[in-house]
Amino acid sequence: MRGSSPRMTGEYRGTAAYMTPMRPQDILLPAAAGLCCKPGGFHIDPVRPVERAVITHGHSDHARAGHGAVLATQETLDMMRLRYGENFAGSTQAIRYGEEIRLGDVSVKFHPAGHVLGSAQIAVTCKDTCIVASGDYKDALDPTCTPFELVPCDVFITEATFGLPVFRHGDAADEVKKLLASVALFPERAHLVGAYSLGKAQRVIALLRQTGYGAPIYLHGAMETITEYYQSRGIDLGELRPVKGVKKAALAGTITLAPPSATSDLWTRRFPDPVTAFASGWMRVRARARQRGVELPLVISDHADWDGLTATIAATGAGEIWVTHGQEEALVHWCRSKGLKAQPLDLVGYGDEEESETPIADGTEA
Amino acid sequence: MNRFAELLDRLAYEPGRNNKLRLITGYFREVGDPDRGYALAALTGALSFKHAKPALIRDLIASRTDEVLFGLSYDYVGDLSETVALMWPKSVVDDNQSFLGHPSPPPSPARGEGAQLRAGLHTGSTTDGDSARDGRTTLTVPSPLAGEGQGGGDSGRDANDALHPSNHNNPPPPTLTEVVTTLRMLGKTELPKQLERWLDELDETGRWALLKLVTGALRIGISARLAKTAAAALGDKDPHEIELIWPGIAPPYLDLFAWLEGRGEKPVNRDPAPFRPVMLAHAIEDGDFAALDPADYIAEWKWDGIRVQAVAGRDDRGHITARLYSRTGEDITGSFPDLVPSLRLPGAIDGELLILRDGRVQSFNVLQQRLNRKVVSPKLIKEFPIHLRAYDLLGDDENDLRELPFAERRERLETFVRKLSDPRIDLSPTVPFASWDALTAARADPASVGAGEDADAVEGVMLKRRDAPYLPGRPKGQWWKWKRDPHIIDAVLMYAQRGHGKRSSYYSDYTFGVWTAGADGDELVPVGKAYFGFTDEELLQIDRFVRRNTTEKFGPVRHVVHEGDKGLVLEVAFEGLQRSPRHKSGVAMRFPRISRLRWDKPPREADRLETLERMLKAEPAEIEM
Repeated sequence: MRGSSPRMTGEYRGTAAYMTPMRPQDILLPAAAGLCCKPGGFHIDPVRPVERAVITHGHSDHARAGHGAVLATQETLDMMRLRYGENFAGSTQAIRYGEEIRLGDVSVKFHPAGHVLGSAQIAVTCKDTCIVASGDYKDALDPTCTPFELVPCDVFITEATFGLPVFRHGDAADEVKKLLASVALFPERAHLVGAYSLGKAQRVIALLRQTGYGAPIYLHGAMETITEYYQSRGIDLGELRPVKGVKKAALAGTITLAPPSATSDLWTRRFPDPVTAFASGWMRVRARARQRGVELPLVISDHADWDGLTATIAATGAGEIWVTHGQEEALVHWCRSKGLKAQPLDLVGYGDEEESETPIADGTEA
Repeated sequence: MNRFAELLDRLAYEPGRNNKLRLITGYFREVGDPDRGYALAALTGALSFKHAKPALIRDLIASRTDEVLFGLSYDYVGDLSETVALMWPKSVVDDNQSFLGHPSPPPSPARGEGAQLRAGLHTGSTTDGDSARDGRTTLTVPSPLAGEGQGGGDSGRDANDALHPSNHNNPPPPTLTEVVTTLRMLGKTELPKQLERWLDELDETGRWALLKLVTGALRIGISARLAKTAAAALGDKDPHEIELIWPGIAPPYLDLFAWLEGRGEKPVNRDPAPFRPVMLAHAIEDGDFAALDPADYIAEWKWDGIRVQAVAGRDDRGHITARLYSRTGEDITGSFPDLVPSLRLPGAIDGELLILRDGRVQSFNVLQQRLNRKVVSPKLIKEFPIHLRAYDLLGDDENDLRELPFAERRERLETFVRKLSDPRIDLSPTVPFASWDALTAARADPASVGAGEDADAVEGVMLKRRDAPYLPGRPKGQWWKWKRDPHIIDAVLMYAQRGHGKRSSYYSDYTFGVWTAGADGDELVPVGKAYFGFTDEELLQIDRFVRRNTTEKFGPVRHVVHEGDKGLVLEVAFEGLQRSPRHKSGVAMRFPRISRLRWDKPPREADRLETLERMLKAEPAEIEM
């Protein structure tokens, strides 16, 4: 695969002769379209159409349609194809975890980010300086994706979705037990679990299966495509059924996964006295849960919590931290109080997958 | 405490009554004495201890976390107790201290060694970062920063450990009993240290519930009645039975739970003058009469005073104790010392508190001037002589009469009042009627059917089934209240103001007016303000109308178009009218509410001030000038 895509390599070759040390901002710089790598001639997770895009994972705020060439993991490319159709980009190139390719004057290597299936951190190395753009990541275990890998680097670019010390996500298995305890207490009611359709839903299902829950799990129509894709990648999710067409009475005592926006919709009237659950890191804060009319908040997140963020930052050994979307202020403050150089990167357009209240694109997000 | 916190947490999110009951009953079944008793006390508001001030909680968190991080977190969460509960970092150095006074924790097979090491090494950096992060990907690259998590870095994993008490080396978290009994005895200066220890031992939900409990801000959204109903379900008992014995029992209610679980006798009430939960009436609708037989009912006047229960009983030494309770069971004896000497026979009277002058009942406005006074001066007592008009007898000496039919209780009441022979206590007369038509006539003109001069203080009639026992709560079909029809006028919406809380985005407070002759022809003059009576759908409609027809804005107030042919007519219902020099129109309404939206009616056809003035003449003079 090395060098197989002329559009992705070669253009900047020959400009790497200077022996002066590279400043990190000469390698990666925030621009209107996203994080731009000039010496490599590409953008990471661009929010606007660009010539060459390197993409961390398939969530719609990071992976958008309309770029010239896209470099990403096979899973991410597949998910983009499922969501945006065959012609989502001019050309594509798949890269495996641990694989390194040369783009212009830099080398790019993908490492697992543990966020969702196919999610990657992107290590960009130019001369002796290594910057890791981690995209979205989590250090907690997830049976549906490759675990997060720690990549030592000089500059670590971290998200800050849950960048406040109030966000401490407990063991997700305990949250799933809470759900099952509720199903046992209310066997005549349906349990409706709001979960993002890419990653969260499949993780909740896998966690349920890990506890030994063997009953069929029902799916909202918007969940089906991506979930089937997960299964096709060898992730065992047990028996899944579309909820459409199932009689109301038959849904008593069952669990249905749906996009969060659907759980407060007319759609819920097909369920017998439904208990509304929502699987999200935001559920840690009561006001957020109440605001959404959630009856059973499940603190299950596909992002690192405060302890995960701070421990990861420390462990990378990076002397400089760039903080992207989320609660940048608190995380930057923490880094500085630890003697690390830190700054917020004012990138816009990220975090929408989780935040957005209305379905977008193909109607699966909320 | 963690289990109780879990219950509170779940209740806070559960909207359904029956589901709440299931959750609470499930808790009572699962948790033993005395914890569940204190939980019942907490749910019914029966716990009492000195509450901690929020400043104390702030000091505690300030000593543990970075000020900036706390500030940002508090801004985000918006609730002090919750912020502290979520970000509370466990103290490593203090671990040893918190062992004092606690039994040694059982050695953990998995982590025993590490625990010993940790307990001995309470200074200096360790590799705890890794061991505390079970279930997470091991971080392989050593860093000078590892294990130093400030603002709770790694130590936050302890929250996880608390969920698995067998797997950590902290003392066991406190039970609810421990918390409640300790808080009762604790001195003010000892409180911070104790709270700190508990916060270290509890999980997030436990910390949240603890902080809500100690600051007195435990709002759970369930009634005491619901908690008692849940307890009753434990033994398949009627919740009324618990209501009846409730005043005589105290936390942690061991005797109550023993009885509910069939392990003991039903507890008895030892208070010489206990409150008995009140029986309430349903408002009767026109359609209800068809199903009711007049012969089954006794009618009496509905007095416009305040409902009270006057109880007297003998204590152990045979002395009479007398108390006056409000309908909710609040002891209001202190406000009416002039009535106490009259309560000299043991018994429990259900009746109406009124002001009588020269044997004539005064209006509610007069009574109101005697209520809620801090000091009851001799002058107040003389000018507002208190009176009890009795309509039911719940206890006669040692005998509980509540199981008897109303007709029988009424006979006993008549005998009781005769025996008392006290000018301050009289009998509320019954209203004779043979048919609903006859009662309708009586209700329309109480003066001619026995209410005489007191007719002005009658606000309707009460209907009570002859065979009804005295049941706490609002049992269906036993007692009915039939109020006089409210007054109704058509008024024009003039100004609208935003509401509060849930309604803060709506214009939901309305000032309305009626027509009167002005210098340049007819003009509208405001006569009142109403902010309820409409449905949610109507609120949306009015809100939309206000936004589209605003002519001027004054701060939160909108001036809404109100001309002869442009504007919105509101049908306003109200209970009474009185002269008021404070209002430009000279009249003030009692209890006004929007009863209908008259989109069909042009504003010029709304009522005139003269109509209200005529009503005023027909009304009794309500304020003694």
